[in-house]
Amino acid sequence: MIRVNKLNKSFGQLHVLKGIEEHIKKGEVVVVIGPSGSGKSTFLRCLNLLEHPTNGEIIFEGASITDPKNDINKQREKMGMVFQQFNLFPHMTVLENITLSPIKVKKMEKSEAEKIAFRLLKRIGLEDKADSYPNQLSGGQKQRIAIARALAMSPDVMLFDEPTSALDPEMVGEVLDVMKELADEGMTMVVVTHEMGFAKEVGSRVLFMDDGKVVEQASPRELFENPKHPRTKDFLAKVL
Amino acid sequence: MDIEFLAKYYKFFISGTGITLFLSFFGVIFGVVIGVFLALMKLSEKPLIRMPATAYIEVVRGTPLLVQLFLIYIGLPKATGIAFPDLSLAIIAVSLNSAAYVAEIIRAGIQSIDKGQMEAARSLGMTHSVTMRYIIIPQAFKNILPALGNEFIVLVKESAIVSVIGIHDLMYKADTVRGISYKPFAPLLIAAVIYFSITFTLSKLVGNLERRLSAGDPRK
Repeated sequence: MIRVNKLNKSFGQLHVLKGIEEHIKKGEVVVVIGPSGSGKSTFLRCLNLLEHPTNGEIIFEGASITDPKNDINKQREKMGMVFQQFNLFPHMTVLENITLSPIKVKKMEKSEAEKIAFRLLKRIGLEDKADSYPNQLSGGQKQRIAIARALAMSPDVMLFDEPTSALDPEMVGEVLDVMKELADEGMTMVVVTHEMGFAKEVGSRVLFMDDGKVVEQASPRELFENPKHPRTKDFLAKVL
Repeated sequence: MDIEFLAKYYKFFISGTGITLFLSFFGVIFGVVIGVFLALMKLSEKPLIRMPATAYIEVVRGTPLLVQLFLIYIGLPKATGIAFPDLSLAIIAVSLNSAAYVAEIIRAGIQSIDKGQMEAARSLGMTHSVTMRYIIIPQAFKNILPALGNEFIVLVKESAIVSVIGIHDLMYKADTVRGISYKPFAPLLIAAVIYFSITFTLSKLVGNLERRLSAGDPRK
């Protein structure tokens, strides 16, 4: 579904991603772990071109999105993204947050977009919050709304950029539950996270990144129980 | 100051106030329209678009309005060969001046919006312009309203300067009354009261708008 060829990204002198090769298949839940500064968020943000790769190629559903002639907006409709800081639109109600993009981008009828929004809200247990503004919500609620907002575009893949890192500990569970449910339904997901429990339980494949490279990748069981690379061992020893 | 004095000269103040309001109204409208374009130019990533806007803003902010007014008043008809009515020249000068300040206010307002907002909207497939229209500008507008209101008030007061090119605005009329009534002080006092009523009303209107905009939105 997503193929990444020789992806490099530099910020000025800083070489953040060093020749990443990766193939994300339909239905996979790929969990990316690694120390901060290892380039995992940058890698994820390159997948929908929020960061422009310095060089290399990314192919999504057969189209090269790094091709300068490509209109990325088309593919972004198919790639939902969830951010660490939620990034809900504070001047709009929850319902407007969810329906804006289906209405403006997909030219959907308002009534239809709202029907979809209510179905999603029901699913995450927040239908009573439709008319609330983001700042009336807790962090966990905000992030679940952000997930619903991304799902309203019915994406083929969901990208999660440390979705629980800005949450109070007691709210992490409710967000992970929604993500787990999504994974169970067969959604293709790429998740950058520090939640090792989630990686173990939900991940179909875990990538360990360090210093701009994918150092090691394996099934969660393999990677967590039997890491091969000394850097992976070292990292897991610290976080587990 | 007595009633007789007012009864005799009130028409001067009314017509002067009319011109001042007219001038300020169009000054604000054109100032904002030009200011929005300048702000968007200044936010462009292309130096060829950004540089002229930056240069324009710097020059306008760095020279006196009085000088700009004379440059337009004398220069524009000369350069174009068109005999502009004086009042339109005054409006052009005032708007071109205000536009530079408005542009800076708008630019700062847009840049104050967290870049996560742009990223979230773009990640949902919205184009840059749709994002600006529905996400960035509505939030920026709310933030800049107090500064924008302030700029409008400044414009109303500074418009008094157009009296030097013979526009019959409130300041000019006050001066006229001083001349014909041999009262040097009272007409100025009346002009001050009228200017203050205009700017005070304006400031209340902006305050109301601010409250209205934040009513539906419990952000603190």
